[in-house]
Amino acid sequence: MLFGQRLRALAGWIATLAVAAAFVVALAAFFELLSHPGEERTQILRGYEWFTSGDLRVAFDLRWDPLSALMALVVTGVSSLIHLYSIGYMEHDERRETFFSWLNLFVASMLVLVLAQNFLVMFLGWEGVGLCSYLLVGFWFNRRLLVVNPLGRLVEGEPDDTREVWAPPAAKKAFLANRIGDVGFLLAMFLIFATTGSLDFDVVFGEAGALAAGTATAIALLLFLACTGKSAQFPLYVWLPDAMAGPTPVSALIHAATMVTAGVFLVARTHTIFEASGTAQTVVLLVGAGTALLAALIAIGQDDIKKILAYSTVSQLGYMFIGVALGPIGYAAGMLHLVTHAFFKAQLFLGAGSVMHGNDDDTDIKHFGGLRSAMPITFWTTMAAWAAIVGVPFTSGFYSKDQVLAAAFEHGGIGLLAWAIGVFTAGLTAFYMSRYVFLTFFGERRWPEGRHPHESPPVMTVPLIVLAVLALVAGFALTTFTGEGGRFQAFLEPVLGAPEEHESLAAAAGLSAAATGLAAVGAIVAWLLYVRPFDWLALRRRWAGAWRPLAEKLYVDQVYEFFTVNLGGALAAFLARNVDQRGIDGAVNGVAELVGSSARSGRRLQSGLVRSYALGVLGGAVLIVAFLVFRP
Amino acid sequence: MHPLAQATTQPLPLPEVDWRAIAPELALAVAGVVLLLVVAFWPRAGRGVLAGLTLAGLAAAAALTVWNWDLERVAFEGAVSLDGITRYARAVLLAVGALATLMVAQGDSREGEPDDSPPEVFPLLLFALLGMVLLAAASDLLVVFIALEILSLSLYVMAGETRRLAAQEAAMKYFLLGAFSSAFLLYGIALCYGATGSTNLLEIADATGDPTADGTLLLAGVGLLAVGFLFKVSAVPFHMWTPDVYQGTPTPVAAFMAAATKVAGFAVFLRVFAGALGGLVVSWRPVIAGAAVLTMLVGAALAVVQTDLKRMLAYSSISHAGYLLVGVAAAATVPAGVSASMFYLLTYAFMVMGAFMVVQYVSRLGPPDDDAIGERSSLEDYRGLARRHPWAAGLLAVFMLALTGIPPLSGFWAKYYVFLAGIEAGLTWLVVVAVISSVISAFFYLRVLVVAYLQEPVGDPGAETAPGRTPALGVALGLAGLLTVAIGLAPEALIAAARSAERILG
Amino acid sequence: MTTYFQAYGTFAALLVLSIAFVAVAFGANRLLRPNRPTPGKLTTYESGMDPVGTTWSQTQIRYYVFAFLFVIFDVESVFLFPWALVFADIGVAAFWEMVVFIGVLAIGLLYAFKKGVLRWA
Repeated sequence: MLFGQRLRALAGWIATLAVAAAFVVALAAFFELLSHPGEERTQILRGYEWFTSGDLRVAFDLRWDPLSALMALVVTGVSSLIHLYSIGYMEHDERRETFFSWLNLFVASMLVLVLAQNFLVMFLGWEGVGLCSYLLVGFWFNRRLLVVNPLGRLVEGEPDDTREVWAPPAAKKAFLANRIGDVGFLLAMFLIFATTGSLDFDVVFGEAGALAAGTATAIALLLFLACTGKSAQFPLYVWLPDAMAGPTPVSALIHAATMVTAGVFLVARTHTIFEASGTAQTVVLLVGAGTALLAALIAIGQDDIKKILAYSTVSQLGYMFIGVALGPIGYAAGMLHLVTHAFFKAQLFLGAGSVMHGNDDDTDIKHFGGLRSAMPITFWTTMAAWAAIVGVPFTSGFYSKDQVLAAAFEHGGIGLLAWAIGVFTAGLTAFYMSRYVFLTFFGERRWPEGRHPHESPPVMTVPLIVLAVLALVAGFALTTFTGEGGRFQAFLEPVLGAPEEHESLAAAAGLSAAATGLAAVGAIVAWLLYVRPFDWLALRRRWAGAWRPLAEKLYVDQVYEFFTVNLGGALAAFLARNVDQRGIDGAVNGVAELVGSSARSGRRLQSGLVRSYALGVLGGAVLIVAFLVFRP
Repeated sequence: MHPLAQATTQPLPLPEVDWRAIAPELALAVAGVVLLLVVAFWPRAGRGVLAGLTLAGLAAAAALTVWNWDLERVAFEGAVSLDGITRYARAVLLAVGALATLMVAQGDSREGEPDDSPPEVFPLLLFALLGMVLLAAASDLLVVFIALEILSLSLYVMAGETRRLAAQEAAMKYFLLGAFSSAFLLYGIALCYGATGSTNLLEIADATGDPTADGTLLLAGVGLLAVGFLFKVSAVPFHMWTPDVYQGTPTPVAAFMAAATKVAGFAVFLRVFAGALGGLVVSWRPVIAGAAVLTMLVGAALAVVQTDLKRMLAYSSISHAGYLLVGVAAAATVPAGVSASMFYLLTYAFMVMGAFMVVQYVSRLGPPDDDAIGERSSLEDYRGLARRHPWAAGLLAVFMLALTGIPPLSGFWAKYYVFLAGIEAGLTWLVVVAVISSVISAFFYLRVLVVAYLQEPVGDPGAETAPGRTPALGVALGLAGLLTVAIGLAPEALIAAARSAERILG
Repeated sequence: MTTYFQAYGTFAALLVLSIAFVAVAFGANRLLRPNRPTPGKLTTYESGMDPVGTTWSQTQIRYYVFAFLFVIFDVESVFLFPWALVFADIGVAAFWEMVVFIGVLAIGLLYAFKKGVLRWA
C-alpha cells in the first residue's frame, strides 16, 4: 500500500510469499518441537518487558507448545492457500494492495493471538483480528447495489426477491457484536488479575485450581462471552452471516477457517479455568449444542450460497464447543474438528467464490443448477469437502465429528443430550449441504440467458484442489498416523491433559453408525427433493408456513433489531425530547445529540469577541477567588 | 539623609551568580540575540541557514542540559531551582523547539511562491523557549512572572507573524487576553507576598504551615495565581481564546503554542501548587478539580461540532489540559501525580505537534487560500487523503489514535498513568469523568480518520499544487511519528525518568 | 484579618456617602424640573460647535512604536537611578551587569534601527 502503483501488481504475490514463509517457519519449528519428548514441548520465548505498573507486570512473551503449534500451522497453512487464491479473485479490484495488506495484518494478529503467553498479549491479537475482520467485511464499503433477481420472483412472498449488497451495516454489526464479547474478555482479565495477581498463563493456570468456585465460574463465563462474540455462538452469532458482505476469500479465511475458531482455542487454552467450574462447562456445552442445532435449521432455509455456508460455520463451531466443553475426553476431539473444519469449510467457501466468479457474482442458489459440467474442478473439489462435512466414512469430517459425538456420549449425563442434538444436527447438516451441492451442480440449468459459467483460473483452482485433498485425508492422517508425532490426541496431551479412559471399540462403531446413518438419510432426502425431476418450488409454496421462519432466520435478527434499534431509538427519542426542551426532530442517537446540542449552545458563547472572552476570564476569576475566600 | 541613601549603609545581600545552573537558558538567550542580529544585518539569509543556526542554539542548550543532568540544587538565593521537573521539562521543551524549528523552516510556501512569514520567527522561537525553560525552573514568583512574560510576548508576536488577517486577529486577541490574565497573576503574586512576606516559593511553603499568616489574603492570592496559570494552559473558563488563536495563527506557531506552552505552564503549575502550596491542598483541590471537569467535558463536547481540523485540535488541546489538571489535582498528595503529569506532557507534546504537522502538510497541497480566512484546514480538505497521500494519512492515523489514547500508542500510557495517580489520590470520581470525556473524544478523533480513509476525495486531485520539496517537514513528521509509536511500545524508560521528577525542590 | 479591612472602613463610608450625595442631588433635580426635550438640547455639548465623528477615532500606528521605544528606555533610566545609589557598595560587578543590561537593550535598538523603524516617512 505504501509503495504505490509500482508494486500494486506484485502486492498479492508479496503478501502470499510472506505468509507462505511464515508457514515454512512454523513447520520447521513444529518439527523441532517434535524432537523433544512430550513433557518438554512447551517453550516460552521471553520478549521484552512491555510495561510495569504497580503489581502488574506484562511482558511480550510468546508460547510455543503443541496447542499453539497446531493453531499456527493451521493459520499459516490455510492462509497461504487463501492468499494465493485471492490473487486471482481480487484481480480486478483497484484496491487490492490495501486488501492484501489487511489480510497480512490479520495473519499477524492471529499469530499473536495463538502464540501469546499472557492474557494481555492475547487480547492484543484478539482485538487485532477483530479490527481486521471489521475492515475486511467493510472492504467494499463503497459498493451499494440492489441486486434484482434476474429470474423474477419464483415463489410468492419470498423474502430475498431482491437483495441489497452494502457492506458498512454488516461491518458495524460485526464490530458491535464483537465489542460486547470483548467487554467480557476485559472483565475476565480484570477478575483474573484481581484474584491471581498476574496475567501470565503459567501463573494463572497454576492457581486456577485454587480459585473459589464462584470466581472461577465468573471468569469462565466472561471468557465464554468473549468466545460467543468472536466464534459466533448464540446469542452473538448474528454478525457472522452478515459478514458475508466481505470478499469471499475473507469469508473463507477469517469467517470460516481461522478467526472464528479463536473462541474454541481460547476455551482450550484456558481449560484449567473451565475445569474449575462445572457450571461454566455445562453452559458452554448447552450453548454449543443449541447453536449447532439452531444454525443448522436456519441453513436449510437460505437461498444465498454464502449464507448457507455461514450458518453451517456457526453450526460446526457449535460442535467444536461441545468438544471442548467436555473436559479432557473432548478437547482433542474439539481441536481436531477445528482443524478439519478449517480445511473443508475453507474449500467450500473458496468453491462458492469460484462459483460466484464464474457466474457474474451471483450468489442465489436458485440461479445455478447443472454447473457440474461447466466448472468441473470446482465441482469435484466441492464434492470432496461435501463428503467431509456430511461425514462420509473415512473423510476428515467423519473422524472429527465422530470423535466429538463419541466424547459427548462417553461423558454421560448432560453430554448425552448434547450427543442426541449432535446426531440429529448431523442429519440436518447432511440435508442442507446436499441441498447446496445438488441445487448448484446437479439437475437442470436454471441460470439466466446470456450468462456463461466458466471455470476459474489455475491460481484459484490449485488452492481448491489442495484443500479438497486435505479435507479428504486430514482426518485419517491425523488420527492414525503413528510416526514421531504420535496420535493427534497424544500430541496435544501435554497441554490439554489426558482423558481417563478410551471408549470401547464396539460402542464407538455403533455410535458412528448412528450418526452416519442419519446423515445418509438427510442426504437421500435431499437427493429425492432436489435432484430428481421434482417441483421443489411447489413444495416450498405448499409448506410456506414452515418454510418462512427458516428463511427468515427464525426471526432472531428481527428480535434483536427490535430491541436495539426500535427500543433504543425510542429511548433516545424520549430522552432527547425531555432533556432538550427545544426538541431535536427525529432524534435517534440520544447521546450524540445531547453532546451536539450542548456543544452548539457552547459555541454560541464562542462569539469571537475579545470582550466577551475577557468577561469569561473575569467571571471565572471571581468565582474561584470567591470560592476560596468565602468557603466556610 | 535621604531615606534611599540610608538604605545603602547596610550591606546589600548579593545573590551568588551560579552560571552553571542557568547555562541552558543563557545558551538560548545568546543564540536568540545572535539570530536577531543575523536577521537584521543579513536580510538575504535563507531560511535554511536561520533554521540551522536555531538548531545549533538548541543543540547547545540541550548539551548543557545533559551536562547539568545530575545537578540538584537551588540557585540564585532560591530564585531558580534545579530538580527533576526542571530537567525533564527542559529536555521536552528543547525537543519540541527543534521540531517547531523544522516546521517553521518549512513555512507555508508552495513551490515558486515567496514565504509569507518573516525570518524574525526564529529568534522569537528561541526567546519563547527561553521563557519556557526559565518558567519550568523558576522557584520565585517574580521569576515566574518574568519568564511568563518573556514567553508570552514572544508568542504574541509569533502568532501575528504573517500578514493574514486571521493571524493578525489571533495575535491581537491573544495579546489582549494574555495581558488581562497577566494582571490577575501579578495581583495574585502581590497578595501572596502580602500574606507571607515573600515571593520565594520555599518561604511561601513554610508560611502556609504558619497559623499566624493571613489565610484569607493568601487564599485570594492562590485563587488569582490559579487564574493566571489556568489561562496559560487554556483551561475552562479561561479557554476561549484558544480556538480562535490556534485557528488563526500559522500552523507551526499553533503547534508550538499547543505543545510547548502546555509543558511550561504545567511544569510551573506543578511546582507552585503541588510543591509550594501543597499545604493548602484541601483548599485549592476543589478549584482545580472543578476546572478539570469543566475543561475535559467542554473541550471534548465542543470538539465534536468542529468542522475545521485546527479548531478541533484546539478544543482537543483544551480537553487534554483537563486530563493534566487531574494529574495536578492528584500531585499534591501523591508523588506519582507529578511523574504522571510530566510523562503526559512528554507524550502529548509529540502527538499534538505531529497532528499539526499533518495539518501543515495538507494545507500546502490545495490551491492558495483566501488571505482573510487563514490556512486551509477544513475537514473537507482531508477527504480521501489516504488515497492521495498514504504516508501523511498513515501518520495522521497514528497521531489521532494516540490522542484518543488507544494502546499501544503513547497517548494510552499517558492517560493510564494520570488516571492511576488520580485514583491513588482518592479522586476516583474525577477519573470517571475523565474516562467519559475520553470516550466522547474518541468520536471526533476517529471522524478525522473516517474522512481521510473512507470518503472519496472531492475536486480534481490533479489541481493540487506540489508542495515545496524541502525535507524539513518530512523529517519532523517522521520524528514525531516515531516517538509516538516508540514511547507507546516502551514507556518504561521514560516513566522511570519522570519518576525522578517527583521530588520538588520548592 | 478584620483589622485589615476595618482600616478601609472610613474610606468605604466616604464612598457610600459621596455616591448618595450625587444620587440625591440629581434625583431631586429630576423630580422637580420640567422635561421638554428638543433635538438641539439632546446633542452633545462641544462649546457651541457641531459635534463631529464618532467616539472611536483612529491613531497613526507609527506612534505606537515610538511609544514603545520610549517606555523601554524610560524604564531603563528608572532602573539606572537605584543602581547608581548602590554602585559603590557592589563595585565592578555592578558595572558589568549594567553593561550586559544596556547591551541587550542596545541590540534591540540596533535591530529597530536596521529595520528602519526610526525613519519618519
